[in-house]
Amino acid sequence: MTQTRMPLEDMEYILATDVGSTTTKARFFKKLDDNEWHYIVSGETPTTVEAPYEDVTMGVKNAVKEVEELTGHKILDEQGEGIMVPFDGEKGVDLYCTTSSAGGGLQMMVTGVIKRMTGESANRAALGAGAIVMEVFATNDKKPPYRKIQQIRSLRPDMILMAGGTDGGTVDHVVSMAELIKAADPKPRLGTMYNLPIVYAGNREASRLMMNILGKEFALNCIENIRPLLEVENTEPARRAIHELFMEHVMSHAPGYDRLMKWTDVDIMPTPAGEGMAMQLIADRTNKNVLGVGLGGATTNVYSIFDGRFVRSVSANLGMSYSICNVLKEAGIKNIIRWLPLDLEEYDVRNRLRNKMIRPTTIPQTLEELVIEQAVAREALRLGLEHHKTIATTLHGARGEVAFLRGITTQAVAETYLDMMKIPIIAGTGGLLSHAPRRVQSMMILNDAFQPEGVTMMFQDSVFMMPHLGVVSTVHPEAAWQVFDRDCLVRLGSIIAPRGKVEADETVMEVELEMQDGETIRHSLRGGEVVRADLPERGKGEASIRPGKEFDIGAGKGRELSVTVEGGVVGIILDARGRPFSLPEEKSQRQAKIREWIKSLKMYPENVLDEGRRS
Amino acid sequence: MTGGEERDKVAKEAHAYTPGLKIKEKMKTRKVRRLPIPGKVLVNLGDRVDFLTPVAETMVPGEPTVINAAALLGIERGTLMDYMQVKEADKIKEGERLAGFNAFFGLWKNWVTSPIDGYVETVSPVSGQIIVREEPTPVTIHSYISGEVVKILENEGAVIETEAAFVQGIFGIGGEAHGELKVISNDPDERIKANNITDDCKGKIIVGGSLFEREALHKAVEIGVKGIVTGGIIDVDLEDLLGYEIGVAITGEEEIGTTIIVTEGFGAMTMNLRTLELMKKFEGEMAAINGATQIRAGVLRPEIIVPHSRRVEIAADYELASGMKPGTRVRIIRKPYFGALGTVVSLPVELKFVESESSVRVIEVELENGDRVIVPRANVEIIET
Repeated sequence: MTQTRMPLEDMEYILATDVGSTTTKARFFKKLDDNEWHYIVSGETPTTVEAPYEDVTMGVKNAVKEVEELTGHKILDEQGEGIMVPFDGEKGVDLYCTTSSAGGGLQMMVTGVIKRMTGESANRAALGAGAIVMEVFATNDKKPPYRKIQQIRSLRPDMILMAGGTDGGTVDHVVSMAELIKAADPKPRLGTMYNLPIVYAGNREASRLMMNILGKEFALNCIENIRPLLEVENTEPARRAIHELFMEHVMSHAPGYDRLMKWTDVDIMPTPAGEGMAMQLIADRTNKNVLGVGLGGATTNVYSIFDGRFVRSVSANLGMSYSICNVLKEAGIKNIIRWLPLDLEEYDVRNRLRNKMIRPTTIPQTLEELVIEQAVAREALRLGLEHHKTIATTLHGARGEVAFLRGITTQAVAETYLDMMKIPIIAGTGGLLSHAPRRVQSMMILNDAFQPEGVTMMFQDSVFMMPHLGVVSTVHPEAAWQVFDRDCLVRLGSIIAPRGKVEADETVMEVELEMQDGETIRHSLRGGEVVRADLPERGKGEASIRPGKEFDIGAGKGRELSVTVEGGVVGIILDARGRPFSLPEEKSQRQAKIREWIKSLKMYPENVLDEGRRS
Repeated sequence: MTGGEERDKVAKEAHAYTPGLKIKEKMKTRKVRRLPIPGKVLVNLGDRVDFLTPVAETMVPGEPTVINAAALLGIERGTLMDYMQVKEADKIKEGERLAGFNAFFGLWKNWVTSPIDGYVETVSPVSGQIIVREEPTPVTIHSYISGEVVKILENEGAVIETEAAFVQGIFGIGGEAHGELKVISNDPDERIKANNITDDCKGKIIVGGSLFEREALHKAVEIGVKGIVTGGIIDVDLEDLLGYEIGVAITGEEEIGTTIIVTEGFGAMTMNLRTLELMKKFEGEMAAINGATQIRAGVLRPEIIVPHSRRVEIAADYELASGMKPGTRVRIIRKPYFGALGTVVSLPVELKFVESESSVRVIEVELENGDRVIVPRANVEIIET
């Protein structure tokens, strides 16, 4: 645990900031008379990393000043040049920490020998450290060397992570990759006045050669092998080294960060790393598997903590504002339109999304525009999870290695270990989810995109503060969790959805739900039906779920499950559309079905269902 | 403050207004012209430059080529040095022998030759690779706008300054270009068709309309129009022209030969009258344009710069971008009033519900037809004049 200037038990005030690409967000926490930590207030101002300011501390000071104005509590020092730590009885805070994604966050390139093995391990390590992985190069990928060189040169990463070879394994393939990198001579993104950092986490026997090839022109750091044995993946040393180099070589060259680093009590953490820690916190405290998502304007981050294994994926170009047209491109217009209850022409929706792309800060004024953006969100999340599943895979092992060395190109097929039936918690954060006018909208966006199976509790971030609490949790986990549980996590409610394909008009499940007040409600749901039942936040109900004989709610096909379900601001959603579910192909049937769900769940005001509406 | 109030506060801050696009008749414009790597500056402080004056030049290292020599020769990697005919730093010609051997009195030959003219950069007995690199190639940067050199960036380039009319578009395609301005339609609502593009448009920057139809776009590219400035473009027409779909709005590298600047957005969009009037006023003048757009933090919009070739007097004072207040001229940039121009009437402090049921900070705008409407503040942009 990090050394702080004040013992944890004596702390009274904590300040955390997130320096985002566009907005710097301060969150202020206080231990109140109940001896529990509470979220008090926020300050938000534009980030000042770009010209003409080029000093992030200006944005931080402005955000903190807002906190000061709103609370009357003085935090900035007399000169306004830093944060007063610790609290002296009148002013200051006991802990200040921050995350940052300004200037596009940490952008990395990774290399391995075999793409599906050391390449994947290096990719997971970089993602887990909060990086955007711009490209994965491997000795066995199909690209000719000149293409690799061109790409390496044009990418301008902040850092490179090199893996390859088990300890005692291949040396020459690792060396040839190092030679390629040296020949490409990539320059760091934030200026030419420093050497590009490279973390080497491959075959230990090649370390000396790597130093000879790369040691002079790059800031090379040789660490433990990420795949010392084929069956072992050891990403933690790489993650730590990435964070250290991020501070030493990357952040220190971003405008104003040299000053900001002096203000903070702990190292500045990439924003997604903070968000990931918050997701990890949910898993730790509930002792359950968690699937989390941060749906941003430019990127979608998906996190899974499954049987203790933490994996993060970032889909760098799936987002709801800057990247909205990349979702259009990746998903296709038909996949977006299929979620609409309205009869809109393809070209019209396409032009609307393009206009959002070029004016990304605008917000939907009409219901029609809101429904379109929420349709895109479903596709962004669906694609984000698909991407995540390609990273959350079992280790590719010896068979592939032997095949490669013999010059055979066959590889094992990737299998994700994620099983939606074994994920009892889903948590979402990001502007579109947080700002959805009705919480049932965000719950159904997550439900349609991720298709949880069995009984799943759904959470969402109230006011964007998961990254803040993630970084606080590295110092003061108790304070972070208290705020997280009380003020950050909105309990949306539970989704009950059996696994099994709906083939005909059949009974999918019968549910008996006994509420705390003794009232019992019963529902028999046929294929394609979705029903909402009220159960308040922190309320609990006893559910007996009898699935149809071809359906599984978690106890096996056709077997009854009795389980305690938690309520939320939306309540309980009984989803009998089947898993996986597919929408009717025929347009009018599909739109009628979606209108039926909207009505049943009270997702939008009734008038959105009026046919022929136009805005 | 309660949690609810706090959330409102966040909502307010998160949706600040969109800064307007610049439409200036007279503006001191500076352009930094910088080499990608250090080189030689070719201009002096105070020099007058034209659009194509070379400002600085340098030699960019040539492309490297990797030759897996040991594998091609069928030898152990560690013995590669024994077979080398050249050494590191040697100049080489295409087809020249790099490494290899003759055996059995010349009956069995195996040689690796250079695929390029250049020099030997690396010979590696560990990987068995030879890396050869092409000779450096010269790169020159030009002034882009006409004006005066006001600053020299040692070994890097220079800063050029000029008084100019300056118009920002919302989205563009293609890089820097220059040519004579020609307005091809006085009607900001006209859809430009192929027959509007005449042969005398060649080499010019043509301006007009709410939209260039697909055939008009193709014809303009075919006859060699330097640039197009128009109100809108249809998404699928752009895809058709480029041959691919744009995912993220980071453009400027497209190589279709014609730079395109869209002033309003996607779809048929009435061109802002002030933009059209300004273009008409400067018709016949030489202008520089750049379609490069980056919509992310540090937004970059496409631009049209018309350096003043004569003294330009403007009637009104400059209005500085000082945020919105009653009387500020704005344009609505989202449905249901997309494209409408108006004047700010009031800026209510409290959050208001709009049709989507979002509770947001709003603004009351009087449209040009006299109607008063409420729109989210995030959905208007200030018209900077």
